[in-house]
Amino acid sequence: MKVILARDLLGVNTVKGENNREILEKKGLLTLNIISSPGAGKTTLLEVTMKSLKNKYNFGVIEGDLYTSRDALRLEEHSHAIVQINTCGMCHLNADMVARALKDMPLDSLDVIIIENVGNLVCPAAFYLGETFKVAVLSVPEGSDKPAKYPELFKEARAVIINKSDLLPYTDFDLPGCVKELRQINPRAEILVVSARTGEGMDQWIGWLEVNVQQIKQLSTKECLQ
Amino acid sequence: MHEFSLVSDLLETVMKSAEENGIKSVSKVKLTVGECHGALPEALSFAFMALSGDTVCSGAELDIDIKSGLLLCTACGHSFSYEILQTMCPECGSVYLDIISGRELRVDYYEGE
Repeated sequence: MKVILARDLLGVNTVKGENNREILEKKGLLTLNIISSPGAGKTTLLEVTMKSLKNKYNFGVIEGDLYTSRDALRLEEHSHAIVQINTCGMCHLNADMVARALKDMPLDSLDVIIIENVGNLVCPAAFYLGETFKVAVLSVPEGSDKPAKYPELFKEARAVIINKSDLLPYTDFDLPGCVKELRQINPRAEILVVSARTGEGMDQWIGWLEVNVQQIKQLSTKECLQ
Repeated sequence: MHEFSLVSDLLETVMKSAEENGIKSVSKVKLTVGECHGALPEALSFAFMALSGDTVCSGAELDIDIKSGLLLCTACGHSFSYEILQTMCPECGSVYLDIISGRELRVDYYEGE
């Protein structure tokens, strides 16, 4: 017997992602899915970001790691609520894991949700979690050729952060070349060069984040009034 | 590893349908994978073999049809075949490209008794 299914395999995840998006939009929450390779500095970037905006916004953090809760412990003091997901070997977060984490979060008292995805430049890009935007983080020691080698993520990211700019003098990272290539891959992305460690360029990134928090809040208020 | 989670969704889908249709053993599963997708057929086959062991799909053939990718330049309307790292229209140089086909990752049908 032949049974026709014609079912999209990623569709299962996408539908769950859309459900998350609906919940988050209703609450007016900017949700960022932060993706990079391991060691690009996502957690340090988030530590510094949340520390400087702590008195202004309540952050909810969903922390994805294969194992351990080390990153969650680092971010705990700067966030209003944090949920650690251990994927136990799986290389990306999926929408179902995020849906379960959202259930444990006090959404009404939050302003922003940060999803720190599992460190991996490949798989997380394919799984929509319900985020407002993907943010790609690339660090200087990884090399300026990475956007062209891993275009899927960079194509989809609304913002690309080039982190560890304080190491530029010590490497042969070609910053103009990398920015040019990023613009070819994704002309619409905001490109931000920062060093989370020294604070260089962090104002622009934090400014970008604040503008988007406000925009999402206004959108949701407008919808409520209509 | 990414292929493993796709295959586990595939198995879940087929197992659920097989149960609904009273099928005890699946002999073939047909999958369509678009070229632009990035899921590797070899890795999908390996994951299928590794994960289907204790299921109705144990020993089934996984038939993968690769669908070639087609891109459309939204600036000049030129359409052309997908190549990895193609980020610009070969005609006008625009970077605004839409994927017309080749993003599929679909289980089409399965056969069994």
